[in-house]
Amino acid sequence: MDFTLSKQQQMVQKMYKEFAENEVKPLAKKVDAEEYFPVETVKKMAKLGMMGVYFPKEVGGAGGDVLSYVMAVEEMSKVCATTGVIISAHTSLCAAPIYENGTPEQKAKYLPKLCSGEWLGAFGLTEPGAGTDAQGQQTVAVDEGDHWRLNGSKIFITNSGYADVFIIIAVTGTVLDKRGRKQKEISAFIVERTDPGFSVGKPEDKMGIRGSSTCELIMEDCIIPKDRLLGVKGKGFQLAMATLDGGRIGIAAQALGIAEGALDETVAYVKERKQFGRSIAAFQNTQFELAEMKARVDAAKYLVYAAAQKKQAIMNGQKGRYSVEAAEAKLIAARTASDVTRRCLQLFGGYGYTRDYPIERMMRDAKITEIYEGTSEVMMMVISGAMLK
Amino acid sequence: MKAIVCVKQVPDTQGKVAVKPDGTMDRAAMATITNPDDLNAVEAALQLKDETGCEVVVVTMGPPPAEGMLRELIARGADRAVLVSGREFGGSDTFATSQILAAAVNKIGVGPEDIVFCGRQAIDGDTAQVGPQIAEKLHLPQVTYVTDIKKDGDELVVKRQLEDGYMELKVHTPCLLTCIKELNQPRYMSVSGIFECYDKPLEVFDYNALKDDPLIETDTIGLKGSPTNVYKSFAPPVKGAGMMVESVDQLVGILNDKHLI
Repeated sequence: MDFTLSKQQQMVQKMYKEFAENEVKPLAKKVDAEEYFPVETVKKMAKLGMMGVYFPKEVGGAGGDVLSYVMAVEEMSKVCATTGVIISAHTSLCAAPIYENGTPEQKAKYLPKLCSGEWLGAFGLTEPGAGTDAQGQQTVAVDEGDHWRLNGSKIFITNSGYADVFIIIAVTGTVLDKRGRKQKEISAFIVERTDPGFSVGKPEDKMGIRGSSTCELIMEDCIIPKDRLLGVKGKGFQLAMATLDGGRIGIAAQALGIAEGALDETVAYVKERKQFGRSIAAFQNTQFELAEMKARVDAAKYLVYAAAQKKQAIMNGQKGRYSVEAAEAKLIAARTASDVTRRCLQLFGGYGYTRDYPIERMMRDAKITEIYEGTSEVMMMVISGAMLK
Repeated sequence: MKAIVCVKQVPDTQGKVAVKPDGTMDRAAMATITNPDDLNAVEAALQLKDETGCEVVVVTMGPPPAEGMLRELIARGADRAVLVSGREFGGSDTFATSQILAAAVNKIGVGPEDIVFCGRQAIDGDTAQVGPQIAEKLHLPQVTYVTDIKKDGDELVVKRQLEDGYMELKVHTPCLLTCIKELNQPRYMSVSGIFECYDKPLEVFDYNALKDDPLIETDTIGLKGSPTNVYKSFAPPVKGAGMMVESVDQLVGILNDKHLI
C-alpha cells in the first residue's frame, strides 16, 4: 500500500501543523482546566475549510480527500484532543450521513452551513439503556400526518452544547424479522436545536477531553417537519452503523494524534531532564521505551491511513465497506494512545504527574478513545464477526 | 485593478546553514520558507482583494523548485503566479535582481490603479534594497516600511514606521509599497485553496521572455550585471559554554592567571 502523501496532502499537513502550533496548542491547557469549548478555534478552522474537508465544493466543502480530513483530526489532537474530536464528530457523525443519505433538498439546506462552520453538527444514538444494542432504543418518532413527534432522551452526545444540527436515531414502529419475531423499526432524523420540544441538558463532568461538550438531549413532544427523515424509513440502524464506521476512523485519528503528541513532548523532555549527571535520554531504558513506542505509533498510523484510503476508494465508487478497516484502526490506535501516554508519563516521572506538563492530560484524554463510538470490545466483535461469517 | 507581489524564497532560519566549498551558500541543501516580510506583503494584497475584488499576482525569481512556494501563495488566495527563472539570471545581486524583477513586473503590466507590494527585506541578505530599486527602475512612487494602508479613492493613505515615530503619506497609484510585519497577520493556506492551487495559472518567464525589455542587457543581469559579489559566506563559529564566576575577585584572579590583565 502506498502512503506517499500527494503534494496537496503535504501542503494541508503543513498548514495543520502551523495552525495547531499557533492557534490550538496555546489554548489546550485552558480547554482542559476550565472545561472550555474553544468556539473561536472552531470559527478559525471553519474559515480554513477544516469543518468540511472531504466534501465537494458543490455542497460547500473544501474539495479535499478523506486522508486530508484524517490528518486534520490527527494534527489538532497532537496538541489538543478536544479540538480534534470537535472536527471528527461534526464531520463524520453529522455532515457525512447527510451527505451520504440526504435528499438533494436536505443536502442543500444543511451541508453548506455545516461545512462553513456556521452550524455545528452532532449525532444522537446512545441512550441510558442503549448504545451499540440497537434493540434497546427507547426514543420514539411517531408519524402524525404532516409532521413527526419525537419523545425520548439521548446521553453522552459530543458537541451537543454548541451544536445546531443533530442526527437522531429513533424507533418508528415494529417489524417482523426473518424468523417472525417482533423487532423495533429504527429510523434516522435531522433535528435542529430550535425545533419545539427539543432541549439540551447539563454537560458531563469528564475524566478527559474536558473541553468537549458532552450533554444529554431531551425530546419532549418534539415536533419536526416530515422532510426531516434521513435516508429510508426503517433503515436507521444501518445508517447509524455506516456512520459510525466513518466516525471510528476519526476517533482512530484522534487517538493516533494523542499518542504522537505525547511522544513529541517526551522526546523533548528526556533530552533536557538530567539525572546522575546525564540527560535521561542517555539511558538505555529511555531509548528502548521511545523506540518501541515509536514503532507502535507508526503501526497504528498505517492502519488509520489505510482505513482512510479504503473509505476514499469506496467514496470514489469502489464496492464494499470499510467497517473492518475502521474497527482495526480504532482498536489499535486507541490502545496505542492509552499505552503510549502511560509510558510517556512514566518517563516524565513526578513532573509528569503534575498539571505543569501536558502529559497527564494526554493520558486522561487517551482513555475515551477506547470507549466512545464503539468500545474496543465492540471493535473486536466487528473484526471477528467478519472473520467468522 | 491588480496587486503584484514580489516574493523571495529564503533559507529556513530554523534549519542548518550550508556553505559550498567556494564560499557561496548551498541553497539546494537548505530547507526553505517564504521570506517572512513577503508574507505580510502577500497578506496586504489579499486584504485589498477581499475589499475590492482585485487580482493578486505573485512573482518570484528563483530556481524551478520555487514553484512550490508560489503554489502555497496561491493556496493562501493569490490568483496567479509568475516564476522568473533562467541560467542567465543566476548570481544576481540586488541591483541585477531588481532589474530582472522590474522587467517581469513590466511584462505582467502595471495599470493606473495597480499596486506593487514587496516585503521590507529578506532574512538572508537583509539589504532592503530590492523593493526600492524596482520602484526606481519602474519610475513608480514608493513608500517603505509600511505599517498601515487605507484606500481613499485613487489615492492610498499609507503609514510608515520609522525608528523614532510614524509618518503618514498620501500616494497615487500606481505605486510600490514595502511591507513590515506590523502591517498585518498573514493568513494560513485554506484546504480548498490547497486543493485548487495546482489548477491555477503559473507562468514561467525565462531570459527569452524578458530579453526585449530595455532593462535586460547581458551586462545588467546575472553575475556580470552585479556590482557586488559575495566574497565569502560562513556559519559563525559556535561559542563554547560560558562560565559563571562567584565574585569580582575570582574574575580578576582568572584574568590574572591568563595574563590578560
